[in-house]
Amino acid sequence: MIAFLASVGAAFFGFLAATGRLARFALMGLAAGLRPPFYPRLILRQIVYMGYYSLPVVGLTAIFTGMVLALQSYTGFSRFNAESAVATVVVLSVTRELGPVIAGLMVAGRVGAAMAAEIGTMRVTDQIDALTTLSTDPFRYLVLPRLLAGLLTLPLLVLVADIIGVFGGYVVGTYKLGFNPANYLTQTETYLETLDVVSGLVKAGVFGFIVALMGCYHGYHSRGGAEGVGQATTYAVVSASILILLSNYLLTTAFFGK
Amino acid sequence: MSDGRPPKIVVRGLEKSFGRKRVLDGVDIDCAVGESLVIIGGSGTGKSVLVKCILGLLHPEAGAIRIDGVDTVGMRRADRARLMHRFGMLFQGSALFDSLLVWENVAFGLIQGRGMERAKARRIALDKLAAVGLGAEVGELRPAELSGGMQKRVALARAIAAEPEIIFFDEPTTGLDPIMADVINDLIIKIVREMGATAVSITHDMVSARKIADRIAMLHKGKIVWQGPADAIDDSDSPFVDQFVHGRAEGPIQMEVRAV
Repeated sequence: MIAFLASVGAAFFGFLAATGRLARFALMGLAAGLRPPFYPRLILRQIVYMGYYSLPVVGLTAIFTGMVLALQSYTGFSRFNAESAVATVVVLSVTRELGPVIAGLMVAGRVGAAMAAEIGTMRVTDQIDALTTLSTDPFRYLVLPRLLAGLLTLPLLVLVADIIGVFGGYVVGTYKLGFNPANYLTQTETYLETLDVVSGLVKAGVFGFIVALMGCYHGYHSRGGAEGVGQATTYAVVSASILILLSNYLLTTAFFGK
Repeated sequence: MSDGRPPKIVVRGLEKSFGRKRVLDGVDIDCAVGESLVIIGGSGTGKSVLVKCILGLLHPEAGAIRIDGVDTVGMRRADRARLMHRFGMLFQGSALFDSLLVWENVAFGLIQGRGMERAKARRIALDKLAAVGLGAEVGELRPAELSGGMQKRVALARAIAAEPEIIFFDEPTTGLDPIMADVINDLIIKIVREMGATAVSITHDMVSARKIADRIAMLHKGKIVWQGPADAIDDSDSPFVDQFVHGRAEGPIQMEVRAV
């Protein structure tokens, strides 16, 4: 019994220590932005990489999600003659939840993994130590541009994903399910509030930060050559995905909870 | 090389552990101004850890490191950043930034670390590449397009680009063929003499150590077990040095099979 309690205690303190290390890493990354030199070109490069090059994958997932959502809600709502709610359900689901969550998860897989692999490779090949010996702060040069890019880019991506997702629902609704296009658009617009979109964009900023933070953190602390870099990549994607879903619940509670 | 001036680098009682493994166990060593000190020792004896502690990349648990009489252990970040301007480092695996061109690698410390204008930094980078025997056309390549020997030369050019007072060489000839290793040794001697820099090298290549060292120290199990002039290495009266220099399996040095 004591051995069991000891292992639970050790796991709990291990969790607290890991949380503390992650928080310290995030604060060091952000604090690096308080002092010059600044690297606007690096931030811009990360924004282009994280945003522009993620557009195809996020756009594709968004359009199919909107289409499936329209189909599923139609088949479900038709059981109690509520088909007219399809457009409203699609737009609210996409803007509040599915847009930010799906974009966050896709970017975690595409960008978070790449960040962890790139920084992890730099770690195991001494490139991060080389940065330090060349009078360059790795947090300012590597971590901060990625954190800022994550924070700024994902809301823009989600805005695009929202539009594409709603368009996907519209296409299925009007061409396959026989809705009148004007009525569908009216239904979409009538029940949509500013908070629905804004809450999704705030979530996106948080998710983007999480993706970049986990990519940088696990890459920065990778050890042991190719195997270590591979592990860092896995940890970055898995931890970012879990934190996205966890923070999504907390943010939803904060925005819409009773 | 001691000429009455205080040592450039002083290390006293340096201790560093990783988990339960004590890697440095009270290292005491000095390096005089303009001296080329080579630290030898088997793999895993703590040579790289010692250099990384002096550079400030690792934090020792105990002991003192003084550069020009200034204690650097526990130094503030801003002071550490200023101190880094005085250091150059050649890493074992070259550690070139593969996303940048060769000349950008060489000029990196000048542009990012010191805010130098790119055109001026590029001119300096090409001069340094020429100093290590590489033409301007190499500057436009990526590190991945270079051979191991050329990468080492580029790393050497990067280490000297800012004309540092102290240059560290981590296994400068490891992985190179004997001819290229000799080329790198000659370059190190030439550059260190021309710049008047203090050099600290770590290696287990005795040919290289004999060639580039003014003084040699041997590290074993986290302690300096012998140090003296390079030309005294064959008459050291140290069984550790004797076994290492002659590459014998039998002797007081027992190689650890497992890394910790």
